[in-house]
Amino acid sequence: MEKNDDYFYIPQLKKRNRNGKIFKWVCASALISALFFLFIFLFDMVRQGYPAFTQAYIETEVTFNEDLKSNPYSAFDSDSFSIISRAWMRGLPRMMDEDPSLKGTEQKIWALANAEVDQYIKGHPHKLRDREQKIVDRMLEEGSIESKFNVIFFLTGDSKIPENAGFYSAIIGSLLTLLVTMTIAVPIGIMTAIYLEEFAPDNKFTQFIEININNLAAIPSILFGLLGLAIFIIFFGVPRSSPLVGGMTLALMSLPIIIVSSKAALKSVPATIRQAGFGLGLTRWQIVRDHVLPLSLPGMLTGSIIALAQAIGETAPLIIVGMIAFVPDAATNILEPATVMPAQIYTWSGMPERMYIEKTAAGILVLLTILLSMNGVAIYLRKKFHTKW
Amino acid sequence: MSKFKKVAGIALATTVFAGSAFADQIRIVGSSTVYPFTSYVAEEFGATTGYSTPVVESTGSGGGMKIFCADDSKESPSFTNASRPMKVSEFKTCQSNGVKDIVGFKVGFDGISIAQSKDNEPLNLKIEQVFLALAQEVPSEDGKSLIKNPYKKWSDIDKTLPNKEIRIIGAPTTSGTRDAFDEMVMEKASESFPAYGGEDYKKVRTDGHFIPGGENDNLIVAKLAQDKNAMGYFGYSFLEENHDKIEGVKLDGVAPTKENIADGSYPVSRSLFVYMKAAHEGKVKGVGEFIDLFASDMMIGQKGVLKNIGLIPMPQDELKKVQKSIKNRNKLNLEMVKNGVVLPL
Repeated sequence: MEKNDDYFYIPQLKKRNRNGKIFKWVCASALISALFFLFIFLFDMVRQGYPAFTQAYIETEVTFNEDLKSNPYSAFDSDSFSIISRAWMRGLPRMMDEDPSLKGTEQKIWALANAEVDQYIKGHPHKLRDREQKIVDRMLEEGSIESKFNVIFFLTGDSKIPENAGFYSAIIGSLLTLLVTMTIAVPIGIMTAIYLEEFAPDNKFTQFIEININNLAAIPSILFGLLGLAIFIIFFGVPRSSPLVGGMTLALMSLPIIIVSSKAALKSVPATIRQAGFGLGLTRWQIVRDHVLPLSLPGMLTGSIIALAQAIGETAPLIIVGMIAFVPDAATNILEPATVMPAQIYTWSGMPERMYIEKTAAGILVLLTILLSMNGVAIYLRKKFHTKW
Repeated sequence: MSKFKKVAGIALATTVFAGSAFADQIRIVGSSTVYPFTSYVAEEFGATTGYSTPVVESTGSGGGMKIFCADDSKESPSFTNASRPMKVSEFKTCQSNGVKDIVGFKVGFDGISIAQSKDNEPLNLKIEQVFLALAQEVPSEDGKSLIKNPYKKWSDIDKTLPNKEIRIIGAPTTSGTRDAFDEMVMEKASESFPAYGGEDYKKVRTDGHFIPGGENDNLIVAKLAQDKNAMGYFGYSFLEENHDKIEGVKLDGVAPTKENIADGSYPVSRSLFVYMKAAHEGKVKGVGEFIDLFASDMMIGQKGVLKNIGLIPMPQDELKKVQKSIKNRNKLNLEMVKNGVVLPL
């Protein structure tokens, strides 16, 4: 019996098993360190960013009269002036115009507190003087200062008054830009891939084109910005900073990625499907339309969504076409100046005021959420339409 | 088909509508130092008047001049920000491209502060000492020839200075802050050493004692708070905003404070400018009203709001002169550009 066991005994087996185990753990530790960095990054962003989702408000009495309309700043004494946001006071005359019934009345309203008060309440470094700190402490006890959910962050655009700065116009700008990118890049990319994969003859010329497309996918994105500046702005006269020019530039950038991934999706459709079609006498157009395309669509969509997700987080080419700008008003169409989410984050990260640090992190969180949900949609589409052979 | 027509119609309508709306919006380019102030005014302008908020782009002083001077059409920027006066070459480019009438506007001052961690002992440096710490070549012992910078510690330069390694984080060469620092510290200090033969010397050492930071001054501040041996220089507003982490280094005995920068006693301060295309008034909506708001006491005066975000206002009499010049829309001429001023000579 023992001899029989020995027959199967391989001396190197122990060493081989050990090597296998070491390799497994090296690979696993790579995964663990990647997860660790991701966790640190996310933790830091959430820690810095979550205070930005609340904002301090101060209950104030305001008398709506003609004085307030002509000079809103004069209606407040110096104590209130140093804790209430200028941006809020500035908007009072407009509030009176919009609601004429306010005229001549005295109202208790929640006024936006300025950045210093907000930072003081959040326990961050602030520049309030002792006197102002005492006033804020007293008001906190009385309950006339409250932290509320920061709707401003989602409803206004950029502002040089930190408590008034929001992400809304950047979100709109990103959506418009993405819309342009999608309308241009997805159809052109998918159709190019179909032509190259299904119709084009395999010769030196098409091979040359394919090599070039693969190379384009690896080009630094800032070069596409220079191309966009030279072609779209200088040659065609498309307005600077507009979602149109930004979208077209990003479309140039995403095209190669969409083409490459769509080609891969088409390649993964088994040749037997096409052969069966030909066997039944179908034309190439019928095979592509009714069989190959539906089968490869999930793969194409996944590729396109990932390319677009990359485009939405891109900043470098947009600097060149003028989208890193101060644009507080949200664009209403693709020709108006706009800024995009990563550009807004970049702008805020360079501001001296402390409150922008939390705004920066909150902006990153919003951008990440949007990216994650886009990738989620991509995964869902792949799962839903996936065909097993 | 009808659906297609409908879509095409809407697209066309948007284009036409947007085409006319676009020229109604003021566009501003230029210096990243003036950018926060101009955007503040732009925001105020948009919030308090019926005009749409001007779009402000931060392209750097030189980049701004290039775009500003390229053409005079109403789609081109009406204003450019600059953290230095317009150069003669730029003025000539403007003239040859049809941008004939330019109104220059001095906004105020900005100081460049050298700072270190707050935990360190307060420090007082002479401009010459900063120069010796940063220059690539320094005068030899006998002061007759130039040698490669041998100073590794501050105490090597002067025994009274701390026994610490020289490590200065500064702006990269593309930045206006760097231009201003080179001019006001390096070139000025080099004049007091005969070894340079009266030449303005501004070469910065590359042996690791000077570290070029990025354009983002917040990163330099974070570095200083972390690294007690490092010093850094950046715009004054970043010092003001971070008093809990860093403190200013005195230069020639003068601390970087608002007062010292405004009265000119702090040696490293510069003037900030905005240039306007006079021909755009009447062509682009709100151009005149915008410059009037910018030049008002409410913005750039001694109690103006821009002071809160780091602008150092001009003294009262100079402010009055600037405001008068803006009111009259005095145009720049070659003499004014040569002298680097915007007020009529």
